[in-house]
Amino acid sequence: MQLHDLFIAPFAEFAFMRRALVGSLALAIAGPPLGVFLILRRMALTGDAMAHAILPGAALGYLAAGLSLGPMTIGGLAAGLIVAVGSGVVARTTILREDASLAAFYLISLALGVTIVSLRGSNIDLLHVLFGSVLALDDATLILLAAIASVTLIALAALYRPLVLETIDAGFLASVSRSGGVVQIMFLVLVVLNLVGGFQALGTLLAVGMMMLPAASARLITDDMTLMIAAASVLGMLAGYAGLIVSFHAGLPSGPLIILVAGLIYLLALIFGPAGGLLRRLKPGRHLEA
Amino acid sequence: MARLRYVITLVLACADAASGWPAQAQAPEKLPVVATFSILADFAHNVGGERIEVTALVGPDGDTHVYQPKPADAKELGAARLILANGLGLEGWIDRLIKASGAKAPVIVTTKGISPQQMREEGRIGPDPHAWQSIANAKIYVANIRDALITVDPGGVSVYRANANNYLGKLDVLEKDVTAEIAKIPPGRRQIITTHDAFGYFGTAYGFRFIAPEGVSTETEASARDVAKIIRQIKAQNIPAVFLENVTDPRLVRSIAAESGAKIGGTLYSDALSSPDGPAGSYIEMMRNNIWELSAALAQ
Repeated sequence: MQLHDLFIAPFAEFAFMRRALVGSLALAIAGPPLGVFLILRRMALTGDAMAHAILPGAALGYLAAGLSLGPMTIGGLAAGLIVAVGSGVVARTTILREDASLAAFYLISLALGVTIVSLRGSNIDLLHVLFGSVLALDDATLILLAAIASVTLIALAALYRPLVLETIDAGFLASVSRSGGVVQIMFLVLVVLNLVGGFQALGTLLAVGMMMLPAASARLITDDMTLMIAAASVLGMLAGYAGLIVSFHAGLPSGPLIILVAGLIYLLALIFGPAGGLLRRLKPGRHLEA
Repeated sequence: MARLRYVITLVLACADAASGWPAQAQAPEKLPVVATFSILADFAHNVGGERIEVTALVGPDGDTHVYQPKPADAKELGAARLILANGLGLEGWIDRLIKASGAKAPVIVTTKGISPQQMREEGRIGPDPHAWQSIANAKIYVANIRDALITVDPGGVSVYRANANNYLGKLDVLEKDVTAEIAKIPPGRRQIITTHDAFGYFGTAYGFRFIAPEGVSTETEASARDVAKIIRQIKAQNIPAVFLENVTDPRLVRSIAAESGAKIGGTLYSDALSSPDGPAGSYIEMMRNNIWELSAALAQ
């Protein structure tokens, strides 16, 4: 009875809690697997950069239509894609590496975003865009989140082999196929798609947390690529659920709580993670002795 | 998070200031008066008329609670002959700003003589700053502003008295209209939910209950527990309507309304006027807009 009150009753009683849960689960299904690839490609900060890059598009949408889902999503998507594709093309055609070209593009994009926002007198609404509201997900937003999760999963399945190859040995992929550039750009498109979905629920800043923290935890738990992707998703869902529960009982804001739980999981993985956690590193090779 | 919010506000503020420049360069012979926010500026404008030039630090649709001072404000304050503040803790930033700007003009607390109500903010009990939401209090504001203007600019005494009397007359009419409108709403239905706990004085003066899902400060983010409490309360007490406001997240209110079955009312203005051509361009229009929205949602 008491466990029911603690863990199930909030969702049974309130539709907004169920919606928040569904939204977080949708985000956790698709975001963390992308995070795993970002981490393995040493692009962990790319998510953060892309989140900032989305701002001018979302701001333009907001300027045109106010706080409404469609224009802001399309705008954010467009801005993110321009930056993703633009920096990818620059990285492959000029002397600049991917990190440098991405940094350049996202900084320009961010500056543009803040400038566009300032055209509108009132700054209050936009703060809600930046910080999101997982407790206020309506039908349209939930459908969008679910659609993004589905598209991402299907695309990841289709891209899986070349993406893993490109991640682990880009030189080899280049020697057998010309798909490397396309794979890279399609992957970034998926990242942007998920960040745009995430900013409806968690805000542009925290959306990245849902993508990266479960992925980093999963990396510490296993060396197996397939397991890592599954673990990242499961940990993301766990963070979403636990964050909402804590927010409900403790009376703390929900979005940050979800990311904090993900952060807590990360700290635990950092210490106890069987694949390169701190304890493992302090006692290396013990499993070989017996 | 807080830092980014600060940076963005600052950037926005600078852009604001730049666009506001040319207009203030003219008419140097008018008495420069600075009010901390748009409603005070409207009162001052009505009393001072053509003799004064009023600037509001926090303009239409701005949020006085989370306002970040900008360099142009310090300049404005430095040039002012009179500074009008609300007091009661509304402008936590005003003392620092005045010190920083080196302003020498007297700072008049326009709520002087109003008996403050208490409100709960983040668990602590403190004075409720939103005193203008009662028209009786608005008259005290106007009287205070009139007296302050006369002290600073004795030459305009007859103008200020005449303007103030004229405006106080308008407030009398407004008060009668508001009371008459409310009488049409059945007493059992005089309770609503709004996103921002700013209607304490309005509630006391006109027999309304305003229940807010967030605390007094728009800076606090609603938690799942707060939202759950509100939904339970709407269902338990049969609260007929939920209202949006011009300063907080409308999506949260829509979500509460959808779940509890309460009606969504229009926009109530509390802390800031709308732009001049909006539904609440002046204090009187704001009060008329609010009472119209309330009776539209609550009358049967």
